[in-house]
Amino acid sequence: MGGATPVDEEAAMLDRLRAGDETAFEEVVRAYSGRLLSVTRRILGSDEDARDAVQDAFLNAFRSLKKFEGHAKLSTWLHRIAVNASLMKLRTRRRKPEQSIETLLPSFLDDGHHSEQFASWTEPVDRAMERAETRAIVRRLIDQLPESYRTVLVLRDIEGLDTEETAHMLGLTPNAAKIRLHRARLALRSLLAPHLSRGAV
Amino acid sequence: MKCRELAEFLMDYVGNELPGPVRAEFEQHLTKCHNCHEYLVEYEGTIRAGKIACTSPDADVPADVPEDLVRAIMAALRK
Repeated sequence: MGGATPVDEEAAMLDRLRAGDETAFEEVVRAYSGRLLSVTRRILGSDEDARDAVQDAFLNAFRSLKKFEGHAKLSTWLHRIAVNASLMKLRTRRRKPEQSIETLLPSFLDDGHHSEQFASWTEPVDRAMERAETRAIVRRLIDQLPESYRTVLVLRDIEGLDTEETAHMLGLTPNAAKIRLHRARLALRSLLAPHLSRGAV
Repeated sequence: MKCRELAEFLMDYVGNELPGPVRAEFEQHLTKCHNCHEYLVEYEGTIRAGKIACTSPDADVPADVPEDLVRAIMAALRK
């Protein structure tokens, strides 16, 4: 009959972790560091801080294994802890002065019309995003957003947290979090448009 | 409704949070204003592009996990 399923394997791994098996810890660190680094780097925007956050995340995770009941997948649980570790780091580090995003927001004429005529994107976004090159550009543009906007966008649109959670984690009012998300999306649209519009290279 | 207001309502519109009468005005404007229609398509496309770019497997940067990071984590664990 069939071999061990992924669920069995994960349960076996959890047993080893709970028993304090050091090689099991190392296997998990090796298996998940890459994807956790990408999460922490996206929130923190710095390689060094991203590594610190991943380290904090693993320490927190392994120390709270008792709290992990196995309802979620190990990867989901680690991911969530890495997001929390990043936000903790964000709160404690010194805020850098930010660039204004005003120039990336839409501008309007006195009569309320857009002052810009928008060129259609050349293809549906899903098709454009099938190219690895375009995905890399989008990630780079997100990284370019000022921190206070990038963090809200990442938590809401990528991590899928709701407004209340995001606001709570960032120490904002829900309304401030909403405004910031909206502006972050508008700014990202402006950055993205030259890459996806007609005439784009 | 002016283009300026429509831009402010975009988030609530795509989040399905606009009250009925405002939604009706919003959609009425869209039927007449190609530019705002395009802006809405791009606003939604931006959200989707970000999600796809950051959740695709190639977003998980280093294929090789830095060895010194693994060592640092293991050392911290042993403390």
